[in-house]
Amino acid sequence: MNPILSASGLGKRFGDRVACRDVGFDLWPGEVLGVVGESGSGKTTLLNCLAGRLHPETGTVVYDSAAYGQVDVHDLSEARRRLLSRTEWGFVNQDAREGLRMGVSAGANIGERLMAIGARHYGDIRRTASEWLGRVEIEQDRLDDRPTTYSGGMRQRLQIARNLVSGPRLVFMDEPTGGLDVSVQARILDLLRGLVETLHLSAVLVTHDLGVARLLTHRLMVMQGGRVVEEGLTDQVLDDPQDAYTQMLVASILPV
Amino acid sequence: MSESIADASPASGGPDQAYNYAYLDEQTKRMIRRAILKAVAVPGYQVPFGGREMPLPYGWGTGGIQVTAAIIGREDTLKVIDQGADDTTNAVSIRRFFAKVADVATTTSTEDASIIQTRHRVPETRLREGQIIVFQVPIPEPLRMLEPRETETRTLHALSEYGVMQVSLYESIARHGRIAKTYNYPVLVNGRYIMSPSPIPKFDNPKLDRSPALQLYGAGREKRIYAVPPHTPVKSLDFDDHPFEIERWDECCALCGSRESFLDEVIVDDSGKRMFVCSDTDWCERHQR
Repeated sequence: MNPILSASGLGKRFGDRVACRDVGFDLWPGEVLGVVGESGSGKTTLLNCLAGRLHPETGTVVYDSAAYGQVDVHDLSEARRRLLSRTEWGFVNQDAREGLRMGVSAGANIGERLMAIGARHYGDIRRTASEWLGRVEIEQDRLDDRPTTYSGGMRQRLQIARNLVSGPRLVFMDEPTGGLDVSVQARILDLLRGLVETLHLSAVLVTHDLGVARLLTHRLMVMQGGRVVEEGLTDQVLDDPQDAYTQMLVASILPV
Repeated sequence: MSESIADASPASGGPDQAYNYAYLDEQTKRMIRRAILKAVAVPGYQVPFGGREMPLPYGWGTGGIQVTAAIIGREDTLKVIDQGADDTTNAVSIRRFFAKVADVATTTSTEDASIIQTRHRVPETRLREGQIIVFQVPIPEPLRMLEPRETETRTLHALSEYGVMQVSLYESIARHGRIAKTYNYPVLVNGRYIMSPSPIPKFDNPKLDRSPALQLYGAGREKRIYAVPPHTPVKSLDFDDHPFEIERWDECCALCGSRESFLDEVIVDDSGKRMFVCSDTDWCERHQR
């Protein structure tokens, strides 16, 4: 078995500022990898490099595609990379507005990927969209409403549905629960956990919330200043942190 | 239609000596012809060109007039229509302009014309081989209202990523129960590029498909030329379960009785009385005889 995503020696700088340096890992099918660290530690840059949205200066990202076999994400033509990103990948943004088309209905948002890969039957598209709305726990009579009329939590769930409708194998998530209140967070985490399990998704999850990481991820990478300072099984890292920075991070969780 | 307008030609006999033949200088015409050749070679692809200032405002057909100026010759016969009519201001002034600067014969008859410049309509009379129809285009980019970034729309065309166009049709059905777009209805040219057919009613879209005439589209403000060569498939986008349909009327034309032409609804008095008449004046006149 090959890792579904394998990064090695990734480095990206913006001018003189180093955003991430020598990051490498293997992500195995069905695994959820968490990336935690404080703001500005290079988490999002890393995620964008992995998803082909940013071009790293050093290192490679190899993806094990269902259609093309092992491919280097940054060596692919733009056409193929964009095709991959709307068929085999999903990308959940922190701000749902970035990942949604706010001007069209929820149904059109979910249906976009289907239409992009050739679906031309309105009834079928609509049925699938409605089904997915149900799966992410949004009432199906909201199918024709625009996301502007949705609450923050519903938008985030809609964004998840829009990404998962094409049956991706790998999902990148950038703080999927950031900026939401805790009860909504809990529902979304529950939903994500269920979907990851039933759809056998692999995922890279960026978060600064250790609680989210604990719930969703199997393995954890702790980043500081663009560098990975500790890596291991989630429970192990959180319960028995070895690195000084990780210890500080774990200790700074507020007890309720 | 008064014959005096249709046959207007400069009093002196030759073209106006103050300007180069057909107004534009020869280098400009060559540049536009090169753009046209490229556009014909890649049907539906928008070719940028160096649009010139023309003696009429943007939105009045500066793109179409430049294309016409680049292809017109003394032996051509020009017809200009605006919303189907030969006698509206825009049509009359463009026809007069070319009669003056290019010394060409003008006509209102679709059959007799070798070049037809049009705004918002395709003539009802079937075009034949050898004719050229020049469209005036306000917004050449069919994806513009869906994607404001030019870099992105170009990428979408380059990679044939046209899901977003279909999204707009989906949205229309979701909101109105049918595809509510009635003009500027997007088409797929030769199975490759999505193209804006200019703001013609969707009634005219089937006439573009495998038309024996050459179709040239000129957008003056946005400086783009695109083309559909003769006999090229032009497919109006739709869904399998919501196929493309054209407008139908219960009425017939109040003047000529035609049932197959595109009808304009005209309010004729203050009490709201209305009549339906052909939008294509040439067609209507010939059917009244």
